[in-house]
Amino acid sequence: MSGVEVAGRTGHRRLAVGQVAGDRRRAWPWPRVTLAALAAAACLVPFLLEPYRVFQLTMVLVHGIALLGLNLLVGHGGRVSLGHGAFLAVGAYGSAIMTTSLGVPYPLTLPVCALLTFGAGLALGRPALRLSGPYLAVVTFAVAVVVPLVIKRFGTVTGGSMGLSTPVPAAPSWTGLADDQWLYLLVLAVAVAAFAVARNLVESRAGRALAAGRENPAAAEVLGVRLDSHRTLAFGWSAMYAGVAGTLYAWVVGFVSPDSFTVTLSIVLLAAVVVGGPGSLLGPLLGGVFITFVPAVAQRAGDAVPGIVSGVLIVVVVCFVPTGLAGLLRMAAGAVTRGTGRG
Amino acid sequence: MGDLLLQVVQGLSLGAVYAALALALVLVHRFNGIVNFAQGELAMLSTYVAWQLLEAGLPFWAALPITLAVSVSAGALVERVVIRRVEGGGELACVAVTVGLMVLVNAAAGLVWSFAVRSFPNPFPAVLSFGSAQSGFSALGVLGVVAVMMLTLHLFFRHTGAGLIMRAVVADPVAARLSGIRVGRVLSLGWGVAAGVGAVAGILVAPLLFLEPNMMGGVLVYAFAAAVLGGFHDPVTTVAAGLAIGVAETLAGTYVKFVGADLKVAVPLLVIVAVLSLRRGRAVVRGTG
Repeated sequence: MSGVEVAGRTGHRRLAVGQVAGDRRRAWPWPRVTLAALAAAACLVPFLLEPYRVFQLTMVLVHGIALLGLNLLVGHGGRVSLGHGAFLAVGAYGSAIMTTSLGVPYPLTLPVCALLTFGAGLALGRPALRLSGPYLAVVTFAVAVVVPLVIKRFGTVTGGSMGLSTPVPAAPSWTGLADDQWLYLLVLAVAVAAFAVARNLVESRAGRALAAGRENPAAAEVLGVRLDSHRTLAFGWSAMYAGVAGTLYAWVVGFVSPDSFTVTLSIVLLAAVVVGGPGSLLGPLLGGVFITFVPAVAQRAGDAVPGIVSGVLIVVVVCFVPTGLAGLLRMAAGAVTRGTGRG
Repeated sequence: MGDLLLQVVQGLSLGAVYAALALALVLVHRFNGIVNFAQGELAMLSTYVAWQLLEAGLPFWAALPITLAVSVSAGALVERVVIRRVEGGGELACVAVTVGLMVLVNAAAGLVWSFAVRSFPNPFPAVLSFGSAQSGFSALGVLGVVAVMMLTLHLFFRHTGAGLIMRAVVADPVAARLSGIRVGRVLSLGWGVAAGVGAVAGILVAPLLFLEPNMMGGVLVYAFAAAVLGGFHDPVTTVAAGLAIGVAETLAGTYVKFVGADLKVAVPLLVIVAVLSLRRGRAVVRGTG
């Protein structure tokens, strides 16, 4: 047991900021100014960078939305899902099929897919979440393995292993934007909304109930928290976030295929939550950066390298930095606060 | 009718492989309450070790004990170096670490042996090689090896001193430590034994599936289904469930048109979800050791 844990258990010392999850102390002296600067930068970025970079940033946001949802379940609820790639697939294929076969205009597919995946999450979460232990991880893992096969099996609807091309949403002419800029701003708007909803959810009664269930299920139930229903709802919400991210993925990439939603995707998503920082709000964004850039960079060194880099990163982060990148940032911010004497 | 019988025997042999891997999962879970997502990949790694030994010209039945020794030490090493750090930690840490290991081992095997598909020699003699009887014969061989392995495990846990110590650790780690048992070493050994059991599964399934770094992905799902049926606790139920799932999957794949070869892997998913919905209550996870 490390010194930090001993201090935490005996209460002799307040832990430094960033060493435990769910710590709500203020770590950064200028939150509003920083947020405003970040918002300004996020809005200006598509006009400054080349289209490929804008596309990459859009993918960071898409992954960030999926991770926000997974983080609700994993970080705040303390339950592990290895099947969120399947919900991404449902969202992406739902949107692709609706726009191509049924001729639905693309903005409509977003709420429909959100509802669809919310329902799917509730239906799947209900049997699995009732059980303690790691059953949820096992069930969701099996789902993640099966979904690509189901997609291939029903090739008449889904295009089979060839995949399905969908039209990329074009920018309306009155905006005067290029398509990639329009998509980026669209995804940014959805991401901001998703971020706001997740933040409010975590700070609400439901979020506190989830955290209580994570820290001490027995105590939470004694205090009258209905853990089963809170967890099932959290699973539904997180599935919905994944579905929304899947829909946006189909818009941005314009092509969906079973090979994009294999079990590897689900594993990478969980890895990104762990590396980004479970139970923090900033973690999913950092995780999105991790998913988008680390495998792409590592791929240059060879086919097997992305797996090795991700595997080592997961193991090292879990063993040595349980609060992830977000925790490291908080520690750095705490150091700045102490240094400037504004804490 | 003979066709059906052959299908059943083949299903049983596949089921024996699932049962072996599921048994490894159950062992690990009973020793330190962790569901080991890397179990299949460790088995895959052992299979590559066996393949390498066979390539070097060793006969199969000489390569097998060397492979088992390597995988037992590898399993023990993994427990000591990585798992020890997260033991008693949260569910997320445990699952994430084994998933990280799964990704890492898979990629490492790809790096060393490339992702190319290789054939693995069938260790059983094809004496009765008329018509379809050959596959039936090697299926019986697989069943025999798994049966011998299970008998050995049973004798080891029930009738040896080491087995007694290991059972003591599973029953009550604190009391075992207080009576002088080095619990940490026993847990390492437990992981080693589980890795060895998994290695047998990998070597037996490799001639049927071909050898490649991703070969255990599907097998792991079947093994999970069997382990869930046994509540991650009861070895006898787990083995029976593994056999039943093997038969059900083979028959469904052959005789139910809708399932076919593609959707076979959906059978264990249905089994898992059905069992979890029927067996409500939190009693399913009993003592985790």
